[in-house]
Amino acid sequence: MTEIRVLSASGQIGSGFIESSFARGVSLKPHVIACDGGSTDAGPYHLGSGKPHFSRPGVKRDMRLMMQARDQLGVPLIIGSCGFAGGDAGVDWMLEITEEIAREEGLKFRLATVRSEQDKQYLKRRYREGRITPLNPAPPISEEIIDRSAHIVGMMGHVPIADAIEKGAEIILCGRATDTSLFATLPLMKGAGAGPAWHAAKILECGTASTVIRKRPDSIMAWVRDDHFDIEPMDLESRCSPQSVASHTLYENADPFLITEPDGTIDCHGSRYEALSDRAVRVHNSRFIKSERTTIKLEGAESVGHQAIIIGGVREPYILRQLDDWLDAMRVRFAARVQEIFAGKVGPADYSIHTRVYGRDGVMGKLEPLSHQMGHEVCILFTVTAADEPTTEAIAKTFAHFALHYPIPEWGGLISGLAFPMAPAHLSKGEVFRFNLNHVVTPEDPLEMFRTELMEI
Amino acid sequence: MPTLGELAKLIRSKNAGAFTLTFDIMFQDAETYQRVLASKVLTKQSFAKLYKLPEDEVMFFEYDAAHAIKISIPRPYIQGDLDDGDIYGGQQHAPLVDLVVPDGNVKLKVDGLRRHDE
Repeated sequence: MTEIRVLSASGQIGSGFIESSFARGVSLKPHVIACDGGSTDAGPYHLGSGKPHFSRPGVKRDMRLMMQARDQLGVPLIIGSCGFAGGDAGVDWMLEITEEIAREEGLKFRLATVRSEQDKQYLKRRYREGRITPLNPAPPISEEIIDRSAHIVGMMGHVPIADAIEKGAEIILCGRATDTSLFATLPLMKGAGAGPAWHAAKILECGTASTVIRKRPDSIMAWVRDDHFDIEPMDLESRCSPQSVASHTLYENADPFLITEPDGTIDCHGSRYEALSDRAVRVHNSRFIKSERTTIKLEGAESVGHQAIIIGGVREPYILRQLDDWLDAMRVRFAARVQEIFAGKVGPADYSIHTRVYGRDGVMGKLEPLSHQMGHEVCILFTVTAADEPTTEAIAKTFAHFALHYPIPEWGGLISGLAFPMAPAHLSKGEVFRFNLNHVVTPEDPLEMFRTELMEI
Repeated sequence: MPTLGELAKLIRSKNAGAFTLTFDIMFQDAETYQRVLASKVLTKQSFAKLYKLPEDEVMFFEYDAAHAIKISIPRPYIQGDLDDGDIYGGQQHAPLVDLVVPDGNVKLKVDGLRRHDE
């Protein structure tokens, strides 16, 4: 019976793990060490700007321990979605950290970078060929949308990672990749069952999220075999139960039974969860249904300009009982003021002022069933968006003052209708991005969308 | 009559990617899970009505192995868009917590107290 041991250091590089937990995992002689480096969970800023989410010292601390372990064991180390969004800037950032650690620790190894940022000309060609299809739901797509994106990445599966390992890479820094592919690659290469390999990978990629009580981010290990896998957290005080492991396919998945990967679908409909001990679980009957063609999911981000925010509380009951009218009217009247300031060069189509009313429907927006109810006070978040920083700044400053004194018919005389908790009342957010793609590409060759480079460190 | 929050081990919402929102209602044991299902307090139809959505946009799953109900919908706003008030999608489940479960025989959690597993 094949057995491949896969050690997951933590759910996210930079979120940390207990050194002794990881050391215990190392002592169990894994065949591979892997760690996920990113997600879309923190929003479009990281893909749009290329900037990482977790701190550099945090990421470096985690990477150092993993690099030392992989050197000691002589096994591959795979980091996925480097720099959080997994674009080229993220891979460069992770490469720099890796090289620094190598110098400091005197480590030598063959390294592969596998980049997943997409060339726009390539994508437009595939689009014209009808090889880009929307997922459900998806925003519109066009060549213009591809062109105006700040960055677009494709989520690699296991094939490019296996290719790098076959070429002798000992540390593999991947751009955007499916979380699972980092952990499924080596078991698949060594002949473990595909169903167990992929399902185990789904649990490993989140670190200790599948334990009964998650104390903190930490290491977890799987023993992947032909027709089942075992899973156990490395900290002896943590435990997995059949229910906690079964529950894991709920997390961040639309469907708890079917998870789509570039080369097929993980099917957990028939999976059976058995307690091996009070803290380890064996999972039987997980299947992987291979698809006819590889499909690569795209993530894209485009700039929406610059933003500033203004936070103001309202306690005055006469304003509260006409709140929407007050907010709408002030924005309509404000357009004339913008015309004045910019001598007609900035019109209503060139900026927006969005309002969010906390205390009514700020959290749930149009889903809020209790939006007819409002308390005795609200907090209003105004978001000013315009093409560039100077315009946004000028509009935000002016609007804060304009809104503050905007009258209501009940009171004769000058009022101050917003309670600002700070001054200046506005805060610049800088450049802001939005996700603009939810589509898959069907390439001709599963490697064609990813660029691998090997180097000796 | 108990509420869904009192019977559930965990109720949460989360992003499933940037375009889909998913809700998990997890129970401690098969018995409580089956009785809540039987009560029909939470179905595709009742969720669609509570959240003011067309029924065909609601995906409803009974996940027996985890004693959990899962519901997934298109994200009301694309994650991170100007209109999005919840980047992680973690605070959209609140109306489910106070839903009254009409079956009087359903077992409460241990000691009837709320469990605060992380």
